[in-house]
Amino acid sequence: MDRTYFGQHSSSQFNEALESIRNHLMEMGGLVEKQVVDALDALLRADSDLAEKVMQAEDKVDKLEIQIDEECARVLALRQPAASDLRLIIAVTKAVSDLERIGDESAKIAAMALQLSEEGESPRGYVEVRHIGNHVRNMLRDSLDAFARFDADKALDVAAEDNEVDLEYRSAMRSLVTFMMEDPRAISRVLNIIWSLRALERIGDHARNIAEQVIFLVKGKDVRHISMDEMEEKVKG
Amino acid sequence: MDTAEKLDKNASGRNHAEEPMIDLEEQPMQETRYPEHTVGTPFVDDPKMRLRDVDVFYGDNQAIHKVSLDIGKNEVVALIGPSGCGKSTFLRSLNRMNDTIDICRVTGELFLEDQDLYDPKMDVVELRARVGMVFQKPNPFPKSIYDNVAYGPRLHGLANKKYELDEIVETSLRKAGLWDEVKDRLHAPGTGLSGGQQQRLCIARTIAVSPEVVLMDEPCSALDPIATAKIEELIDELTESYTIAIVTHSMQQAARVSNRTAYFHLGRLIEVNDTETVFTKPEHELTEAYITGRFG
Repeated sequence: MDRTYFGQHSSSQFNEALESIRNHLMEMGGLVEKQVVDALDALLRADSDLAEKVMQAEDKVDKLEIQIDEECARVLALRQPAASDLRLIIAVTKAVSDLERIGDESAKIAAMALQLSEEGESPRGYVEVRHIGNHVRNMLRDSLDAFARFDADKALDVAAEDNEVDLEYRSAMRSLVTFMMEDPRAISRVLNIIWSLRALERIGDHARNIAEQVIFLVKGKDVRHISMDEMEEKVKG
Repeated sequence: MDTAEKLDKNASGRNHAEEPMIDLEEQPMQETRYPEHTVGTPFVDDPKMRLRDVDVFYGDNQAIHKVSLDIGKNEVVALIGPSGCGKSTFLRSLNRMNDTIDICRVTGELFLEDQDLYDPKMDVVELRARVGMVFQKPNPFPKSIYDNVAYGPRLHGLANKKYELDEIVETSLRKAGLWDEVKDRLHAPGTGLSGGQQQRLCIARTIAVSPEVVLMDEPCSALDPIATAKIEELIDELTESYTIAIVTHSMQQAARVSNRTAYFHLGRLIEVNDTETVFTKPEHELTEAYITGRFG
């Protein structure tokens, strides 16, 4: 159902409150997206300045999380939203905590980048980081786009992509573990890459969570903890 | 290793804040569509009241268009909708209250269990004892509290002895949650009570004749939040023995007290669904628009 079918709320203050929540969520999404991109960049280029920047951005993301949660609580208390408005508020509060966690994971990647810039590059794993990183970045971007456009189909694509990421993550793990067995001197540096891959995989999970909230928002259906086929059926059916 | 160049360039940190989610202003206003049939679940198994294709006319004006709805046993059905959508008209046709309006004409099938409400042989006084009504403004008779409640049972000959009548009065006032407040002044005038107490007196008066169905037309619109909470609590208790249809302008009230919610729009019944569904994921866009306050 298109929630803009009837256009504006009768209360302009209510409109403004919802608009402001949506804008802040998108602002937070933009910041977190940049954090992920920069963290990857810092890791791949061994750029310690950029890594520092990623870690500093956390503060702003945390503040936005608190601000958006406060705005949502205010709307719940003062407006008693129902139907699509209620689902928007619920979806936003959940998406916000996933975004905050993505910020945390980016900071972890940045910390690994700092270590690698001190210890020297890892002999292996950059191809995997770049590949999975690209995937995860697209997932995050698409989940935010889907939120912005109330696009359940795009959200479904994000969820499907998460399954691919999980497969690639597992195969990367196998090859890196094999490499460490062959060359134990590189273990500490390769481990930094492994932690980064782990963080990327988690970012993918959080992007999927956001996509699931988009489906709840648009379709009113809870698609958490079900198989891809069931999810597809709920969205299309 | 110079892998950074290989990063997908178009993905570099686009700021979503610059991109408004959807420009509400530019959405064209679309023609409102009525569903061909009421969406959701208007019918239940073994209903208390069965209403089919109900039309109500005031002279040449049709106020209700082909409304079909079941009211189940011991359930609370809330009728909601914008002013003038016909919900009160519909409610009033359920105990022939519209008979008092000369130009009003009701057609369709309206059954209380297996009895046709509009059967010419139907005794309207008896019908209104089976289907009671509570109005928007408390309207106690200018009599004592006791006589207000005793009026119906006396009229219908439900009590032969004084002690029987006393018992009915006490039980009704207890059920209406008013007994403790008035037991020491049963013979004081009913009009001397507060608004909320008067409304509960009216409910006691309605249930004194043991109706099967209680119709409530915005019973709390003249009451403060505490009195409203008491009436809502009462509605919840009354469902153990009665079937209730309530018209309310407060959507929160509908959400709080009802099992199913029926949404009326310009004389048509648009949607009936479990109250939870209506307030979280309504099926029809007109319901959605009303529930979220986009018109009305």
